Amino acid sequence: MSRVNRATATQSLSVSFTVGLYGTAFGAASIAAGFSIPQTCLLSLLTFSGASQFAVVGVMGAGGSALSGIATASLLGIRNGLYGLRMAPILQVRGLKRIVAAQVTIDESTGVSIGQEDLGIDAMKDGFWLTGFGVYLFWNFFTLLGALGAQAMGNPSAWGLDAAVPAAFLGLVWPRLLGKFERVLAASAVVLAIALSPVISAGLPIIATALLAVAFGWKARA
Amino acid sequence: MSALWIGVLGTSAIAFALKYTGHSIPEKYLTNPRMLRINTLIPIALLSALVGVQTITEKGKWVIDQRLAGVAVALIALSLKAPYFVVVISAAITSAVLYRL
Repeated sequence: MSRVNRATATQSLSVSFTVGLYGTAFGAASIAAGFSIPQTCLLSLLTFSGASQFAVVGVMGAGGSALSGIATASLLGIRNGLYGLRMAPILQVRGLKRIVAAQVTIDESTGVSIGQEDLGIDAMKDGFWLTGFGVYLFWNFFTLLGALGAQAMGNPSAWGLDAAVPAAFLGLVWPRLLGKFERVLAASAVVLAIALSPVISAGLPIIATALLAVAFGWKARA
Repeated sequence: MSALWIGVLGTSAIAFALKYTGHSIPEKYLTNPRMLRINTLIPIALLSALVGVQTITEKGKWVIDQRLAGVAVALIALSLKAPYFVVVISAAITSAVLYRL
């Protein structure tokens, strides 16, 4: 990594910090769902993918099996694989470096990297690594903080955590709901998952909405 | 091993495998526009469904309570283009106040 230009560094840092803060909500939610502090921290260190982490604690916290938790989390993790596909030709790394790159391949590192395209390939690389490491650092730090805080605060409902978690998710998906098409899909997914909830076991109603995405994507505008 | 540990380690193993696979697959696959489109839509559907389930259900039953009010406030905050932390905090405060009433 040569000299990093200021714009790339600033953007990487601000994204890292904002998203990292959200780790507090994860830490607290994970504890509220019945996971221990070590389990909560390991999820952030090893899984390192916000949506997947929220999914596994959400599903298992609601009484779902380990299998349905893992399956839901993994479906949400598929897009990291697609980001990897996009980042590989830019990063051009092998061996241990590829392993590290893969671990920090998430929405944010990919997003910042793509955003530096006008500044050249070096800026794209810098953006990816800085944001990847930055989010990793802040996310894990704030996860621990949230987990410790949650144990001290008792019933999460009394602090509004029960609404903060879905609100946090809503905030995550919101920027993707710009078009009417996406909004209709999102609304259909909400209705389908809620309708299926009393009928099939926890986690499955959410996975089932992937079929909606396939149906919408199949016939959508070319 | 408890179910929670299986959840933690299983999720982590698959999460990494998915990321690593992406970095290792030759680019020529998965470039079909239909596949690309479906893959952008999947997270939208799944995350939205999660929001719904976490807001209106509890252990497989429909439950309308303070959570719905909190998420409704978050929705308003988002449509007013409030910053991310305001969205989350406003939902938390709304829900907490109603819970304690």
